[in-house]
Amino acid sequence: MKFSAASTLFLLLSPLAAHAQSAAHFSPAYRFTEQSGEQLFVNICQGCHMPDARGAVGAGTYPSLAENRNLLSGGYPVYVVVRGQRAMPPFAAMMSDDQVAAVVNYLRTHFGNDYKDVVTAEDVKVARP
Amino acid sequence: MTDETASAPSRRDLLSLIGAVAGSAAAYHAMTCLGFASESGYRGPIKLEGDPKGASVLILGAGLAGMTAALELRKAGYKVQILEFNSRPGGRNWTLRGGDTFTELGGATQTCEFEQGLYINPGPWRIPYHHHAVLDYCKRLNVALEPFIQLNHNALLHGSKAFGGKPQRIREIKTDFQGSVSELLAKVTQQGKLDETVSKEDKEILLQALKSWGALDNNYAYKANLISADFRGFAKDPGGGLNAAPKPGDPIALSDILKSRMWRYLQNFALHEFQTTMFQPVGGMDMIGKAFAREVGDVIRYDSRVTQVQQNDRGVTVTYIDTKNPAAPIEAKADWCVCTIPLSILSQLPLDVGARMKAAIDAVPYVSSVKVGLQFKRRFWEEDEAIYGGISYTDLPIRQIAYPNTGFNRSGRGVLLGAYLFEGANAYEFTSLSPAERVARAVDYGAQLHPQYRSEFENGVAVAWHRVPFTLGCAGNWTDQTRAEHYDNLCQIDGRIVLAGEHASYLPAWQEGAILSSLDAITRLHERVVKT
Repeated sequence: MKFSAASTLFLLLSPLAAHAQSAAHFSPAYRFTEQSGEQLFVNICQGCHMPDARGAVGAGTYPSLAENRNLLSGGYPVYVVVRGQRAMPPFAAMMSDDQVAAVVNYLRTHFGNDYKDVVTAEDVKVARP
Repeated sequence: MTDETASAPSRRDLLSLIGAVAGSAAAYHAMTCLGFASESGYRGPIKLEGDPKGASVLILGAGLAGMTAALELRKAGYKVQILEFNSRPGGRNWTLRGGDTFTELGGATQTCEFEQGLYINPGPWRIPYHHHAVLDYCKRLNVALEPFIQLNHNALLHGSKAFGGKPQRIREIKTDFQGSVSELLAKVTQQGKLDETVSKEDKEILLQALKSWGALDNNYAYKANLISADFRGFAKDPGGGLNAAPKPGDPIALSDILKSRMWRYLQNFALHEFQTTMFQPVGGMDMIGKAFAREVGDVIRYDSRVTQVQQNDRGVTVTYIDTKNPAAPIEAKADWCVCTIPLSILSQLPLDVGARMKAAIDAVPYVSSVKVGLQFKRRFWEEDEAIYGGISYTDLPIRQIAYPNTGFNRSGRGVLLGAYLFEGANAYEFTSLSPAERVARAVDYGAQLHPQYRSEFENGVAVAWHRVPFTLGCAGNWTDQTRAEHYDNLCQIDGRIVLAGEHASYLPAWQEGAILSSLDAITRLHERVVKT
């Protein structure tokens, strides 16, 4: 947990920290250091899929992940997160097996999704390119 | 995406193949594939000779690729029309000024509150001297340029864990690193340890060179004296009259520089794409898009969201929706189509192309990138720190602080680029914040380099490219592997459709790539039209 200690240090050093209170987390290197599914979703996925996971529409679309039947099989979201899909970047090089499993499990049990089976780090490992 | 690839080539595939092996365009294309990656292959204004006999071309997207195609094809005798999603020309060639509003995906709307005359370029912001196509169009379209300062020796390098978090001047890190390395090399040279690889004659010259290049003294030592101070700057600058003698400062020890990792930043001043001279348009990058629109604005239909692209033997039919009046889909028809829609969006559209091009369109993820512009009450970076233009680099999530390369030495307000993230975890993390929070974070982090932020900050705007409705990302992110497998298939003419844009170039995320890709696409298209 040395990384959260580091970001706490930034906040303590900065008198402006009061303006910037949030759950925001900044990883210290190329890879993500968020560990919980919720933290991973809030800091990464919602950038495109939005805080309510309902996606967005512009010239193109970010699909909604809420009440999403494509999450029925846990292998599918694992595959998409690890390998990317069309314009969605692959996250294999930026997340560990545990992190991918955590965020997929979070998605499959939130936003109107209620899939009881759990995805494991081993499931992620075999899906990697 | 392996369906159909094993079957016999379709007529369309064969046509594409013939188009690719015939004509000068093929030679040019091959050249760009063979390692001229960073140097533009532009060879002067395009010449499309031969009569297109009234053929029509529908162009999708009024960015630099689309408007280049419109300008040149119309000049060659084609009937052209452009469909553009936005209400303005330029695409990613874009500038935000005071009074501009921007609504990102998710619905957050920002109104830029900058003072009149101040701006940021959320997209491209600098033009290398060897991006010949961009520079030539700027010349032909009367876009005034001014220097973009990539290396300012007096800007800062900052490591949150280096030197107690105290920013260092680029001139000091650069000179001290160079000086210490020169001293080391001079030492082993004198000890005869390079005798096997350096001749006796070259050894003497090498020592002279190291002394000259590394600011070494007569004993080949790098230390605090007026020799090194002439390079790294003085502890007390030379003056006039009494007590005016200069005083040198103490160089930073090599070990400290190595451990600080600040040497990493020096490549930002060495890479070919960042070498001097770089340029920016006077008044904002969108001066280029506006200049193109002065030429072809009459054929642009704005607020048009493309929903489908179909083709058959006789022509192309594009279905689109007027976003201001979205009642019924509208159809546009033409003989040919130049499609510059980013692959992030094109990959979602029903598109009548062969399996190979479709697989290529689906193979390119889009880069995450964020820029934040901040307005301050005064140009404290100039007034307090003598930083005139250029870029400071930091390991904080904001990565860079870039100072305006215009309006130097004026009193009054100024706008700087308070964050520029490109890929890596922090770009995604910044994107996930609300615009107001991105600005707040940029101010918070930037204050570690410039404490004046705390009292001088006024307002800011933040653009996260994955939240930009017209691109859904910053630029196409090719790997060597995806290029090898898909790039040529992406660029081939498929029946009556050809793609263009930075994604169809070896200069990803550069405007030069967009224009060169467009020129190559229309050259090949024209050859085919004239032959049929």
